[in-house]
Amino acid sequence: MEYAYIFIILACIFGFFMAWGIGANDVANAMGTSVGSGAITIKHAIIIAAIFEFSGALLAGGEVTQTIRKGMIDTSSIAGTPELLIYGMLAALLAAAVWLLVASYFGWPVSTTHSIVGAIVGFAAVGIGMEAVMWGKVGTIAMSWIISPLTAGVIAYALFMSVQKLIIDTPDPFASAKRYVPIYIFLVGFIISLVTMFKGLKHVGLDLSTTQAYLFSALIGIGMALISKIFINRIKHEPSEDKDFHYTNVEKVFAVLMIVTACAMAFAHGSNDVANAVGPIAAIVGIVESGGEIAAKSALPIWVLLLGGVGIVIGLVTYGHRVIATIGTNITELTPSRGFAATLAAATTVVVASGTGMPISTTHTLVGGVLGVGLARGIGALNMRIIRTIFMSWVITLPAGAGLAIIFFFILKSIFS
Amino acid sequence: MSNYVFRMFGSSPMRPLQDHMGKVHLCAAELVNFFEAVIAQDQARITASQQSVVELEHEADKLKKSLRLSLPKGMFLPVSRRDLLDMLTMQDNIANKSKDIAGLMLGRKMELPESIAPLFLTYVKRSIDAIAQADTAINELDELVETGFRGREVKVVEKMIKTLNQIESDTDEIQIQIRSIMFKIELDLPPIDAMFIYRIIEWVGELADLAQRVGSRLQLMLAK
Repeated sequence: MEYAYIFIILACIFGFFMAWGIGANDVANAMGTSVGSGAITIKHAIIIAAIFEFSGALLAGGEVTQTIRKGMIDTSSIAGTPELLIYGMLAALLAAAVWLLVASYFGWPVSTTHSIVGAIVGFAAVGIGMEAVMWGKVGTIAMSWIISPLTAGVIAYALFMSVQKLIIDTPDPFASAKRYVPIYIFLVGFIISLVTMFKGLKHVGLDLSTTQAYLFSALIGIGMALISKIFINRIKHEPSEDKDFHYTNVEKVFAVLMIVTACAMAFAHGSNDVANAVGPIAAIVGIVESGGEIAAKSALPIWVLLLGGVGIVIGLVTYGHRVIATIGTNITELTPSRGFAATLAAATTVVVASGTGMPISTTHTLVGGVLGVGLARGIGALNMRIIRTIFMSWVITLPAGAGLAIIFFFILKSIFS
Repeated sequence: MSNYVFRMFGSSPMRPLQDHMGKVHLCAAELVNFFEAVIAQDQARITASQQSVVELEHEADKLKKSLRLSLPKGMFLPVSRRDLLDMLTMQDNIANKSKDIAGLMLGRKMELPESIAPLFLTYVKRSIDAIAQADTAINELDELVETGFRGREVKVVEKMIKTLNQIESDTDEIQIQIRSIMFKIELDLPPIDAMFIYRIIEWVGELADLAQRVGSRLQLMLAK
């Protein structure tokens, strides 16, 4: 491979730029409900996002990265010409990044997941041939885009109803909140760590058995519940604040839960979306390292995930904080109790998708969660026109990503060969 | 650049609806002062009080218009949009009716016969009580959203509506009493004056009716 290093360097530059874009643009959507519910300040949101997006990318980003890397293209048809895959992956990265830029410029909602998947399928189908696309797997991914918002909606509805039953609709909601919120926090910690550990942390030097995974997850959950209990006990009931709105004090307890949920959401987002940036890098590095052979079973180099995690954090710090600031600290219609239900539902769905290697849209999943709470009559007003725009965005994003990727593919091919 | 997750939250109509009802309540409550002035035959106070009623009605009108504009189609709400808009119209009718009462009485320089005056004041106050009770019930709307229109909170509101209905039937009884006194004295009054007093009796009763209808609309919302 004569241009091997150029390819890797190019891939890293494009991939890093893409990660930067995710950090700059996408993280704000993931943090929207948490900041909007007023439970965390913008500054705290940025700190939480930086830490948990990075850990999510590094610890749980592997599966989806493998899917993007080699799950959608049948490489047997190009065994003799591996450079085609390199051009294609570079083109896909470039296409997704350019689309992210264009859409952000015009203020359209973007799904980085849809653009990268569209781009990869596009270059493979046109640049290599229809038979090069693993349509079965691509179909499963497309299905997951419908299932994920639905799942989040159902979970959010159930969470909201459980909150009503256990806390809000009781003789003393404040005392009930103090009692049950630590249990919810345990659940958040337990589920997120369990899914992460199940999928293996071998790449960071941790090899755990199933029993160990359960045990450690439970310990993490209990630890988080205990720590939060300290904070919750500090919250004093101020009867005067309940005069105008009777649940002001209760919502203060939920704010603690919302903070924990925000961490889970950032973790989930990092674990799923890092792949959109580094999946193609991993593919290119894999080909180059195996000396031009398209290795099907090579392990994922951890530095690739690291690069993605760092890229997201830099995007967040250099530009994303401004986008987060536009959320404002308060969406009056979104109190922490519903923000929590919608966000945890989304975070859980996304983390499970990350564990099974499904690249899904975090924003779509979060919107599904919010709609779930809305259907439970828990939100004052939802703007269906905006929600339709968000869901329709993928209709444009798929062909746009594909079209751009095809163009870049032929340009790169003519430059290097 | 805008955050779509943020933009998907529309502005909730509950607080504005509560604010509107609060304003309507203030407007109608001014009628107590107005009738006291009428009974005391204090012209300056009558004029000033009618002026405040008009101003408060005007303010309520502004709130009504801005709320209507903030409720375009395509909003997903926890209650039906139709019910909300109907409720707003009924609330607004309370303010309109208050303005009509004060306007007519000022315009025709109406006086209340001594034999019905004290009872009439009670009648007005009881009608305002109905409006106050409707206001209290409407004020639970944001709590209803918090509880997803379920459980204890719904029972609390239902109880409030029950009280509202009781107050309304009180006003009906007082109205009957006033009418029976009027029947005895009406021949001694200038016929046109008597006719207009009957009209005011009717309108004050309508205030309580409207308050009750606001309550029943709220009950419909609970049941959605």
